[in-house]
Amino acid sequence: MNMQSPGMTPERLSNLKRLEAESIHIIREVAAEFSNPVMLYSIGKDSGVMLHLAMKAFYPSKPPFPLLHVDTTWKFRDMITFRDETAANLGLDLIVHTNQEGVEKGINPFDSGSSVHTHIMKTEALKQALNKYGFDAAFGGARRDEEKSRAKERVFSFRDGNHGWDPKNQRPELWNLYNARVAKGESIRAFPLSNWTELDIWQYILTENIPMVPLYFAAKRPVVERDGMLIMLDDDRMKLLPGETVQEKMVRFRTLGCYPLTGAIESDAETLPAIVREMLIARTSERQGRLIDKDESASMEKKKREGYF
Amino acid sequence: MSILETTHSAEDAVKDYVVAQESKDQLRFLTCGSVDDGKSTLIGRLLYDTKLIFEDQLAALERDSKKHGTVGEDIDLALLVDGLEAEREQGITIDVAYRFFATDKRKFIVADTPGHEQYTRNMATGASTADLAVLLVDARHGLMVQTRRHAFIASLLGIRHVVLAVNKIDLVEYSEAKFNEIRKDFEAFANGFDFETLQAIPMSARYGDNVTGRSDKMTWYQGPTLLEHLERVEVGEHEIEAPFRFPVQWVNRPNLDFRGYSGTIAGGSVSVGDEVVVAGPAKVSKVETIVGPSGEVPAARAGEAVTLTLEDEIDISRGDLLAAPASRPDVADQMAAHLIWMSEDKLLPGRSYLLKIGAKTVTATVTEIKHKINVNTFEHVAGKTLELNEIAFCNLALASSIAFDPYEANRTTGSFILIDRMTNATVGAGLVWFALRRATNIHWQALDIDKQARAEKLGQKPAVLWFTGLSGSGKSTIASIVEKKLHLEGRHTYTLDGDNVRHGLNRDLGFTDEDRVENIRRVGEVSRLFTDAGLITLVSFISPFQSERKMARDLLGEGEFIEVFVDTPIEECRKRDPKGLYAKADRGEIKNFTGIDSPYEAPENPEIRVHNVGRDPEDVAEEIIAYLKDRGVVS
Repeated sequence: MNMQSPGMTPERLSNLKRLEAESIHIIREVAAEFSNPVMLYSIGKDSGVMLHLAMKAFYPSKPPFPLLHVDTTWKFRDMITFRDETAANLGLDLIVHTNQEGVEKGINPFDSGSSVHTHIMKTEALKQALNKYGFDAAFGGARRDEEKSRAKERVFSFRDGNHGWDPKNQRPELWNLYNARVAKGESIRAFPLSNWTELDIWQYILTENIPMVPLYFAAKRPVVERDGMLIMLDDDRMKLLPGETVQEKMVRFRTLGCYPLTGAIESDAETLPAIVREMLIARTSERQGRLIDKDESASMEKKKREGYF
Repeated sequence: MSILETTHSAEDAVKDYVVAQESKDQLRFLTCGSVDDGKSTLIGRLLYDTKLIFEDQLAALERDSKKHGTVGEDIDLALLVDGLEAEREQGITIDVAYRFFATDKRKFIVADTPGHEQYTRNMATGASTADLAVLLVDARHGLMVQTRRHAFIASLLGIRHVVLAVNKIDLVEYSEAKFNEIRKDFEAFANGFDFETLQAIPMSARYGDNVTGRSDKMTWYQGPTLLEHLERVEVGEHEIEAPFRFPVQWVNRPNLDFRGYSGTIAGGSVSVGDEVVVAGPAKVSKVETIVGPSGEVPAARAGEAVTLTLEDEIDISRGDLLAAPASRPDVADQMAAHLIWMSEDKLLPGRSYLLKIGAKTVTATVTEIKHKINVNTFEHVAGKTLELNEIAFCNLALASSIAFDPYEANRTTGSFILIDRMTNATVGAGLVWFALRRATNIHWQALDIDKQARAEKLGQKPAVLWFTGLSGSGKSTIASIVEKKLHLEGRHTYTLDGDNVRHGLNRDLGFTDEDRVENIRRVGEVSRLFTDAGLITLVSFISPFQSERKMARDLLGEGEFIEVFVDTPIEECRKRDPKGLYAKADRGEIKNFTGIDSPYEAPENPEIRVHNVGRDPEDVAEEIIAYLKDRGVVS
């Protein structure tokens, strides 16, 4: 046994090592306890870290669950390319689900508004996919530091048969003991990155050299200023409004989603260290770039009650 | 932060910075206080002052303050942390929320837990993962009933570091006398708890005095600010000094050439080549490889998530516990534990719940509520059931034996949750106190046929061979050989062995003197019943006290009790130490161990005295058989 000599203070695990170990524990626990888990893969940096941790958790085996991407059909093209490459490189099953009813009804972020678009093409689409495949657990990359209602959410977050979350009736969660019991139709959303902060995420990406979608890095991109945000013209479905002009700007994205709803920031950060540097001096938190959270106060809690991730 | 001023090579500076950050550690603490002690304001202050509040969050905060704020035109820092709509409307925190901030030295994870009594559940939840507790008191009111409750729960959940935050000191004119009075009150009261550090700090969360910056209004206070203390306090990792424990979470079997066991090390450390034992089946193997998150490593320690491969093919599955062979966990199907009840549906003793401990889930029932604990006065009170937020000391019976440690020794292998089998809700949290050996019911029945009739039927003369001696003296080994020989000769026999009886009949007994007496009394009674049944009974018990051996002798007829003293010196027993018990006792892990801190009274006139050092046990057994033949017990 590798005993510590008396009087010697064992060095504590570093913050990142402790986070990494905790996440791997959570991921393994889900794989071991549920019969049909799935990992929500949104292609962003948090998903990238979560997937990286899943690869580590089961090495030399592959993660014993597929990836699921809910495609609203409005994601950046770079994201789709990156998604397919990642799944192929890692040899993982990737399920892509789109709400076809929504597509047929012509739901889109421009005419339907961000709130309706998000509800039908994301929240409803996710529920459809979970029901279709009968998943009893779904990993998400959400962090508690992102938003106030997230701060109270459990690592194993219970969802009723309608995928609803009841913030006032959450299961107590102690130590690293997670209650994985669900009845038929009910499910658990599992959040392995609960205790990570945005800075932790970037530091880990830098340390581990995890591949990221190019959109996170600054480049000259065509953007339009709309509602105080810089929206990138990713394809010709975006029509210019009167008075709008397309500008080429050095921009990058702090979060990724549907391109018409995701604001770019002007930046020169073309490398990971430059992004971390920018992070450290940032005066604006990451969700500023997302239109959907601005719709109403406490909007995230409302959406989550309805089944939003 | 030199990085911000860098002009020549920003990238290198960031890389240096990140490298420096990698050595940064993590401190998890919880804050607890009564409704108006200013807990949320304090956390808001820490977040605000550590500059992790970004501009747009601040803008949203200013908007929200106008709607819900309780401090007039100032920014209400508490609104930063009170998340859910319902509690924002009520103006109180109703659930555990986790907050994050960092300095250059540490990253902090704060569990913000509510203070009023009906939410004891949430405080226990926050405390379960915390290294330290910040207990808030209002300087105007001093220690409250709640403060005592918070200290008690923190201590129960194993928190060893406490900060007494004497808040709202501005409202008592920054009075040193008031602060000292509260501090002394608390120190006197906290004496009974096992806190390693206790730091009292006078502060005003609202104005920031002594939270992150030194106060110019309290020059009389020379101690650290709250943030300084949080950055510096040494919270030793007790789990690293504990014996190796590894709950197997997942069996990793990608192909026939690889069989690994994945899990998070719950105690101690492990190196390639170390012997490990599967607790329970007690199968031993050696660690062949350790796969860490970044590949193979020579060693790993508590807190790390790894995959182990072993040299031997052993049947191991999820829920098994690998341990250091020299210090094994308890393996039992009964335990005594503190239970915190977390459900609106009350606990019913006798009802079957699911108990999850590590990666193992078994069905369990609470067989007895020994006493409830009043969390405000710490008084023990009787109770038949447990209501939400009540704490009790209970006995539990499990459907099968599992491996565990006392919570005090290991927070991971000593903690469990109870799950309702119908609703699947988490209804209770448990902290193992010790393993139990509990008695089964013995029903007395009147019998017509007597001892002589039965003995004749079996064609033998009943007797009790009572083997006494120290642990490790060789009692059981010799008794076992004697029994085999008798059996081969067609005798009807039965062996009562100390270890076996303690797993069944005497499950409820520990190793205090009182329990040892009761242990022998019961075995004596059972021997008498077996003698009544006409059997030759071999009793293999340390049975350290003369008076109890005499009691057993007196229960039997003339010539039926044959005392066999296995007279092996303690030095020899200690050398043999087949179960590693002497080593444990020397480390103080076993109390009341015979020969060490509990006496052994050697028999003065045993029927047979055996010296077995350096002798073949076969020969010793022959000697005993010869005695029995001599005395006509066997022909």
